[in-house]
Amino acid sequence: MKIVIVGHVDHGKSTLIGRLLHDSGSLPEGRVEQLRQAAARRRVPFEWANLMDSLQAERDQNISIETTQIWFHSAVREYVIIDAPGHKEFLKNMVTGAASADAALLLVDAHEGIQENSRRHAYLLHLLGIRQLVVLVNKMDLVRYDQEVHARIVSEYSQWLRSVGLVSLAFIPISAKEGDNLTSHSPSLPWWTGPTVMEALDSLKPHLAPESLPLRFVVQDVYRFDARRIIAGRIEAGSLKTGDRVFFSPGGKSSEVKSIERWASAPNSTAEAGESIGITLTEQIFVERGAIGAHVESPPYELTRLKARLFWMGRRPLQLRSPYRIKLAAQEAECEIERIERVLDASTLATVGTPGAVSKVDRHEVGEVIIRTRKPVAFDLAEEIVATGRFVIVDGLDVAGGGIVIPDAYPRIRHDTQQKSEHIYWTHGKVTTQQREIRNGHPGCILWLTGLSASGKSTIATELERQLFNRGNQVCVLDGDNVRHGLCSDLGFSPEDRTENIRRIGEVAKLLAGYGVICVTAFISPYRADRDLVRKIMPEGRFIEVYINAPIEICEARDPKGLYAKARSNQIKNFTGVSAPYEAPDRPELELRTDILGCEECVSSIIEFLNAFAEAWGSNAGRI
Amino acid sequence: MDHLSKLENQSIYILREAHNKFEHLAMLWSIGKDSTVLLWLARKAFFGHVPFPLVHIDTSYKIPSMIEYRDKLVLEWGLNLVVGRNEPVLQSGVTYPNGKATRVECCGTLKKDALKQVLDQHGFTGVIVGVRRDEEPTRAKERYFSPRDKHMEWNVEDQPPELWDQFKTDFEPGAHIRVHPLLHWTELNVWEYIERENIPMIPLYFSNEQGMRYRSLGCAPCTVPIRSNARTVRDIIEELRASRTPERAGRAQDKESEDAFEKLRRDGYM
Ligand SMILES: Nc1nc2c(ncn2[C@@H]2O[C@H](COP(=O)(O)OP(=O)(O)OP(=O)(O)O)[C@@H](O)[C@H]2O)c(=O)[nH]1
Ligand SMILES: [Mg+2]
Repeated sequence: MKIVIVGHVDHGKSTLIGRLLHDSGSLPEGRVEQLRQAAARRRVPFEWANLMDSLQAERDQNISIETTQIWFHSAVREYVIIDAPGHKEFLKNMVTGAASADAALLLVDAHEGIQENSRRHAYLLHLLGIRQLVVLVNKMDLVRYDQEVHARIVSEYSQWLRSVGLVSLAFIPISAKEGDNLTSHSPSLPWWTGPTVMEALDSLKPHLAPESLPLRFVVQDVYRFDARRIIAGRIEAGSLKTGDRVFFSPGGKSSEVKSIERWASAPNSTAEAGESIGITLTEQIFVERGAIGAHVESPPYELTRLKARLFWMGRRPLQLRSPYRIKLAAQEAECEIERIERVLDASTLATVGTPGAVSKVDRHEVGEVIIRTRKPVAFDLAEEIVATGRFVIVDGLDVAGGGIVIPDAYPRIRHDTQQKSEHIYWTHGKVTTQQREIRNGHPGCILWLTGLSASGKSTIATELERQLFNRGNQVCVLDGDNVRHGLCSDLGFSPEDRTENIRRIGEVAKLLAGYGVICVTAFISPYRADRDLVRKIMPEGRFIEVYINAPIEICEARDPKGLYAKARSNQIKNFTGVSAPYEAPDRPELELRTDILGCEECVSSIIEFLNAFAEAWGSNAGRI
Repeated sequence: MDHLSKLENQSIYILREAHNKFEHLAMLWSIGKDSTVLLWLARKAFFGHVPFPLVHIDTSYKIPSMIEYRDKLVLEWGLNLVVGRNEPVLQSGVTYPNGKATRVECCGTLKKDALKQVLDQHGFTGVIVGVRRDEEPTRAKERYFSPRDKHMEWNVEDQPPELWDQFKTDFEPGAHIRVHPLLHWTELNVWEYIERENIPMIPLYFSNEQGMRYRSLGCAPCTVPIRSNARTVRDIIEELRASRTPERAGRAQDKESEDAFEKLRRDGYM
């Protein structure tokens, strides 16, 4: 069982641990004597805290800098005790220590009373998911073991704890230095009839593995050391057995589990939460690091936007619209902060700045934010499945913040589809896609042109359509302005609306491609994640992304509809390239530089690509 | 899930993260119990394979049977071994056993500098090391993924936050990361696991005819055996449960001054 000791600087955390280890006989022989001699040599008083404060700098300043872990036994069980520093400067170390604990002891100095970090630490414990807590009112020797002082702290502090969502199992009066109420009841505190520290520790409940929750199998890697293709990872919640159908998010591929792999262990066809295992699948589907395996009936959310409460530890403040990376389970995605809803001072719960109008979260503050990721991320609510409901934010090279996913109106896309599919069936006609393609002599597909306004998408699309049509191919063009008049007339240009716009176009194009048509789309489609979603709904190879690339200066100089001019003078808001971002494709199937190539050359390149594609597809090579 | 399985699963998770994140990864193998357990865990993590080289820092003063034992396992388990030796210093003879360096200086050149040479030579950016928090107080302050700058220095006053098994895997060019998958194990856990898994151990750990055994293995001149009758893994477990003597009590270099070991570690010692 892991216990973290927290509280304001100098309230006696390290002293408590040193003393507790000593009084319970857990210290290695000679350790205390060694430290007493060292203190004598340096002519400073011996401190119990020196047992924890193993860095010279810590002993010199009588302050803990770094978190430490140490083992000890009670009569009942083994403990790992985690000492956390109380100074505000070292909050990242306190968080590091506390994040792995099952329960906490929170010290308050009776003489100094409740301080800034007494409050902040309690808030952070809650954010880190710790719910078992015992408050120790320390240094009772300095207040003549006065019951009144204890009562005042109990009343004031329990109110604070309630406000951050915690309840303490007890408020034990102690003196860490004198050893009062640590392992036995102290005669100096006859009025205390509650537990000693040791009794309180032994009454804490161990953390149970979340086996009753839905399955979350986090894929760390895919190995091919021998003939087997092993998907390696850890079960973070629920359990798994061979024969289960597992569904991987993001991506949405599923397969049956063929075997559960372990090395030098007794074979076992089931695996439970906490186990690092490997699995093999019956179907050869594409799965990569980061994917979360779930059972079909209870998948995680899979979105590019999530709401979170996060604690910032970075040297630079967290800022709107700056590039960060989010790491959630084994997933990593580029992201930015789309909105900061409010910022809290965790030591007062006071709101910082005007809600909705703050543009940064400073070091040691807590923010409620909307995070937008570049690609879909699978996640859960922290309150439902903690391991896949929390994440860290990386700024440059450093982990700079930690957060939990909080409730919001998340569409349970997969779940909804699943429910609908009970009542909605895909209508299968009597003519199949394959028959259509054989008659057409070429496969259906989506040719997705993406690029800035005035980069040449429509010009190329219409010329391509003309040439393919003349060759007898089935072809059509979906163009930006045309769909905006009907299919998407209810949508504007906010990020959400752009996403929905692309989703609808993608679905229409998919239907057309299913009828064997070469469907050319000509939309700016600025977000990579949106385009990737379309790619994902298409069969492998049937989504051909063509990046129509021209530098913005050239597009702006062309400006056939005068839109750039309007955007520059602020008459149009959210204009791609000017006041809204454009995310170029990472790996487009084709890239055409329209500042270098003419329309004719671009069209020939595309036709060349389609020829190769049709050839790979089969029989009627060269009909395109 | 029992206690040892929990420790094992966590270590496997860490090993797999390291393998995924570092293209140039190596594992230090001292032939001792901890790094041999670590090697066993790697075989568990990678289903019988060890997908990175093992680095053995050979000070030339190791107890000779350690080298024999090492070479035997390399053959049996099909391991890829890299040996690091600080040849210039060995040739110059400026070592503690020659009376030309203090113990701490000697550890500094023959182990720490030798390690740096291997890292530079092979371009390793991730090094897996089998240190544990309970071994020694400064190791109790370690992270699972612990950055070392280009001089191998450990900036213990400003370590990265590490929470929820999200590790520091990005770093400046020239720096490297020490990965510590055994950090959360105790000496007792290690022996309990050796017993459970039946992991082969070098005989030096078991009591000999003279009633002596090694509790911690290092260089011959600086490591003394302890008096003990423990002849089997089970005996060692019983002995440890009853004992309160620290594990590294037989290691002389830790004791030269109050912060001798801390200084060594800040400079890049394991
Ligand atoms: N009189 C008295 N002094 C105490 C008691 N507990 C701790 N102290 C003293 O308070 C000072 C700070 O104690 P530490 O244990 O270092 O405090 P800490 O909470 O670990 O401090 P940080 O880790 O730096 O946040 C030391 O000088 C201790 O001797 C107590 O019960 N009574
Ligand atoms: Mg302290």
